Amino acid sequence: MRALTDHAVTVLAILATLIVVTPLLVIFGYLVYKGASSLNVAFFTQTPKPVGETSGGMANAILGSALVLALASFIGVPIGIGGGVYLAEFGRGTKLANAVRFTADVLNGVPSIVMGLAAYSLVVIPQHHFSAFAGGVALGIMMIPTVCRTTEEMLLMVPHAVREAALGLGVPNWRSVLSISVKTASPGIITGCMLAFARVAGETAPLLFTALGNQFWSMNLNEPIAALPLQIYVYALSPYDDWHRLAWGGALVLIILIVLAVSLVRWVTSRGVLKGAS
Amino acid sequence: MSEIRISQAQIQSDSDMAGGESGAQTAEHEVSAVRKFLMARGNSAIADRVFHGLMVLCALSIFLIVALILWLLIARSQLSWHTFGLKFFYRSFANPETGQSMYWDPVNDRFSAVPFVYGTLVTSFLALLFAVPLAVGVAVFLTEMCPRWLRGPLAFLTELLAAIPSVIYGLWAIFVLVPLLREHVNPVLIGALGWTGLFDNQNPTGLGFFASGVILAIMILPIVSSLTREVMTAVPHSQREAVLALGATRWEMIRMGVLRNARIGIVGAIILGLGRALGETMAVTMVIGNTAEVHRSLLANGSSMAAVIANEFTEAVSDMHLSALIEIGLALFIVTVIVNAFAQLMVWAVTRGTPSQVR
Amino acid sequence: MGVGIAVLNLNAWYGANHTLQDINLNIPANHVTALIGPSGCGKSTFVRCLNRMHETNPIARVTGTVRIGDLDIYRDCKPVQIRRRVGMVFQRPNPFPTMSIYDNVCAGLKLNGYTNRRALDEIVERSLKASALWDEVKDDLKKKSGASLSGGQQQRLCIARALAVDPEVLLMDEPASALDPVSTAKIEDLIFELKSQYTIVIVTHNMQQAARVAEKTGFFLNGRMVEFDSTHKIFTNPSDKRTEDYITGRFG
Repeated sequence: MRALTDHAVTVLAILATLIVVTPLLVIFGYLVYKGASSLNVAFFTQTPKPVGETSGGMANAILGSALVLALASFIGVPIGIGGGVYLAEFGRGTKLANAVRFTADVLNGVPSIVMGLAAYSLVVIPQHHFSAFAGGVALGIMMIPTVCRTTEEMLLMVPHAVREAALGLGVPNWRSVLSISVKTASPGIITGCMLAFARVAGETAPLLFTALGNQFWSMNLNEPIAALPLQIYVYALSPYDDWHRLAWGGALVLIILIVLAVSLVRWVTSRGVLKGAS
Repeated sequence: MSEIRISQAQIQSDSDMAGGESGAQTAEHEVSAVRKFLMARGNSAIADRVFHGLMVLCALSIFLIVALILWLLIARSQLSWHTFGLKFFYRSFANPETGQSMYWDPVNDRFSAVPFVYGTLVTSFLALLFAVPLAVGVAVFLTEMCPRWLRGPLAFLTELLAAIPSVIYGLWAIFVLVPLLREHVNPVLIGALGWTGLFDNQNPTGLGFFASGVILAIMILPIVSSLTREVMTAVPHSQREAVLALGATRWEMIRMGVLRNARIGIVGAIILGLGRALGETMAVTMVIGNTAEVHRSLLANGSSMAAVIANEFTEAVSDMHLSALIEIGLALFIVTVIVNAFAQLMVWAVTRGTPSQVR
Repeated sequence: MGVGIAVLNLNAWYGANHTLQDINLNIPANHVTALIGPSGCGKSTFVRCLNRMHETNPIARVTGTVRIGDLDIYRDCKPVQIRRRVGMVFQRPNPFPTMSIYDNVCAGLKLNGYTNRRALDEIVERSLKASALWDEVKDDLKKKSGASLSGGQQQRLCIARALAVDPEVLLMDEPASALDPVSTAKIEDLIFELKSQYTIVIVTHNMQQAARVAEKTGFFLNGRMVEFDSTHKIFTNPSDKRTEDYITGRFG
């Protein structure tokens, strides 16, 4: 009887894994199949065509995403890294550091749509119009906790002996933190930032009522702007096959970006931040 | 004995201090350029203090963000809060023309969040119902049974799934999942379980609570299973061996040695998954149907808190409508913060002391 | 040129642990002084008090006076300033993993704002020659990372790094304990050559090493300095029974 239960559980666990893995593989496979057939040169070079005309692309959405994401990184990366540096180098073991770490983890779980509402209230209402800038603020705030926590974790992987060596040379603390700890952990910190970047790159909800979307070319941070995930959303809900095709293409582009970022992080952390140190 | 020595050393040191000084003086003639340069450098106390201050500011910004979100949402939802009060979350009102009870009336500026709270709860509950057993099963498989060569790829796949954007899950759900449910799953459910009233055939689209629950389950699976795995790995090996030494089978070892010790953390992981499900927006918006109605049938259209904000915010024209939507956002924010804080504490209770994994 | 060190009533705590109790001693300039004793006796804490590294740990505390040359290091200056005058070599080789050999050697100068390129080239060469590493690495100074060297080479690199700032005192905290015998011998030879220019304090748990390299030896036990005398006296005719017990291997 006991042996039977044991076998049953083993079978169940394997079954659960299969049930989980199958749809995932199906999603990936379908995405690649649908997306790859939609990607062509026009996808990357043209703006959307009016309904009825075939071809057309997502060039303006890609550019818009790039602009909004650049702005988001500009806000989120320095503040996030600074917070991580505080957690790992200054606040170790203090109550403040624990509180910051906890709040960052909680903030990480706040729904992205709420971030959109906050950015709307903070930027769009005072300015009286939607803008790429507001979208960048929303995504930038979302990057902070992720960047902060990965930076901390990467810095904690730098051996204490290396810090001691710098201090022992009479190097000022700020210099030692920047030129030794942060520099040593930089491959990890950079990939951590890339991961945060890739995550917000796919965020749609915070952009719905900040960046809003735009069918045309725009480089103006003060105007509504197109973004890849927004465009995917709009096209997916549209009744036109041609737009569906573009949506799949956009999804594939996003996924490729994310797969790259995740693989890079895995590669960097598996081989250790420090080759051969200590 | 040693005391005498110390006093001797003291005398010696007093005499030698003078010697040390003269030694330094003679050395001064041959001080190198490098030494001169380093001696002239300040102690950079100001730079250190400024740097430290900046880093503290960055860390404090996390608190600032939370406070700012809270303040902004409270300020912008005042109108709705003063008009509807707490009833916003539990009362319907009568349609002035037909007398029927209704919840969401943008035309007459009267709002109640009931259908959205209901939709959020139903879809999240469904998601947990589907996801939790599977996630725990996967975690057990990965930590206790999986051959080593398979562990890496599976963990990698889970990580990828956690990183796929919501809108892509939504896209897939619209074109693959919903048709699948409509053609093959829903008819079976209606046939077998229609008598419960939970599954009726009023909605031919395939959209609705059930579809949302399924896609949510797929979306929260990675986080629940990877956290469960983390918690289970944190259980010390000695616990397993202790149970195995008593002649337990593998399942008994897992049940008594691992799951029992990790249960607080696993519950934490589940609650964290719940937090994600509550706030998940895009995929749900794309498949829930977006009607402000409360139905018993899981196959009916509905809406959720996040979905109604995503769906109506840009179209809302009246201040009251916007204010009501922001109030729903505020409620969502407060609930997810509480749920996440609670979950985090539970996960920490188990994994504290073991180095956290970089995901 | 080295300078003498005078230590007066030095006490150090690590949390609630009173790790050093009333240490008084004089370390002569341009000599090698060895500190021996069983592990946990406070000898490492002691050298870390000589360049104020002890206080980098938030729960550590120090009282008393340490004079290096004419400088009262706990009153007359800040930690960073004294650490530039007192070089330190740690138990495990700790080169900066992301820096080339060249950058490792001049790290103490570059990170303190010294930018004279030509002078740096000279200093790197001089320091690497002084640490007997030059011939082994001169061809790929800027190509190889400091972490790519062998353990013994890494430790000599760390010595070169400490020498590059032209210190007056060189503290070595069990510099050979993580190395193989051949590397250890090289480090010992090096210490012997360096003492003409620097005051060297070396912590070791290896009594033969102390006997080989040091003119003066101090014996630490349970946070106190039991005996401090010429190495010859300590190893042949110690005054204290506890020293004798330790030397003859009766404990520790």
